[in-house]
Amino acid sequence: MSPRGRLIVLAFGGTGLAVLFILAALGLPGFGGTSHPYGQRTLPNAVARHTPNVISSINFDQRAFDTLGEELILMASALAAVVILRTVRAEQEDAAGEHSYGPAQVYDALRLTGYLLLPVTLMTGVYIVAHGYLSPGGGFQGGVILGSAIHLIYLSGDYPALARIRPIPVFEAGEALAAGAFVILALGFAGQVTAMNAVVGLEVGCAVVLTLAKFFEQALLVRKQT
Amino acid sequence: MSQLPYLVPGWILLVGIYGIVTSRNLVHAVVCLSVAQSATYVLLLSVGYQRKATAPVFSDIKPTRNVVDPLVQAMTLTDIVVGATVTALLLALTVQVAKRRGTVDPDELRSLEP
Repeated sequence: MSPRGRLIVLAFGGTGLAVLFILAALGLPGFGGTSHPYGQRTLPNAVARHTPNVISSINFDQRAFDTLGEELILMASALAAVVILRTVRAEQEDAAGEHSYGPAQVYDALRLTGYLLLPVTLMTGVYIVAHGYLSPGGGFQGGVILGSAIHLIYLSGDYPALARIRPIPVFEAGEALAAGAFVILALGFAGQVTAMNAVVGLEVGCAVVLTLAKFFEQALLVRKQT
Repeated sequence: MSQLPYLVPGWILLVGIYGIVTSRNLVHAVVCLSVAQSATYVLLLSVGYQRKATAPVFSDIKPTRNVVDPLVQAMTLTDIVVGATVTALLLALTVQVAKRRGTVDPDELRSLEP
């Protein structure tokens, strides 16, 4: 289809969507009103179970079964990214040390900032995970911070060091173990908000590290076989 | 007209779809899909908004205080996680397309076999 024809089809579909959306929005209760039947039913439960962060209470206590599905979507997608980005037969993977992605190519100030920020960022991630039942935060948010924290090493210019501190098999095992532990927790012990936050944090962190590791390999190490 | 703020997510959705349709680059299309999906975050949060209410976290406020709807916030969290995984998966597919076909322009990807 030509770009012009595509735009005409889009104009029809977009207009239809806009009309239906406006009609649907007019039927919604007013913006900022006080009628929140579902939210008001969740609040007493969260307070009764002593979880001050109501969102954590919903995710890991009242709707823990739904979070199980979300968690497995996350694991399936990390797994799929690893499978899609594997090294195929017509390619070869170079060792991490073979290229000059070494520490020499960046400014000292940048490298120092990266190394100084690493422990601070890891600490923030652990705090967000551990404090998730009490204050804004939780396993998903903290896990992303933990998983991206170690990539500060790469941003400060040292890919071989990053490859050394994140052995892939360890993170694969961690991801699988955390997912298994979460299934057990969600099915048998829903409401253990702190434990579930920790397990989810571990799983999300491992998934972020694994996915980013595969993207790094594609960009830096995988070459066509010569 | 108190329903007017609900139209913002509709506009974001249409902008994202327009970006996907006119895209000449698969990475651009994936980012446009994220934009279209972020409409759902805005819609969920605006459904749960309540005037003169605060965040649903009771560690430092009295439990009798009005708070915004926590259920839609929890669903937004689920939404963000799923959106991020979809983006990662689509970018991985884009890497493979670029490697096998030597292009990321959707118009040049006609047939399944070269």
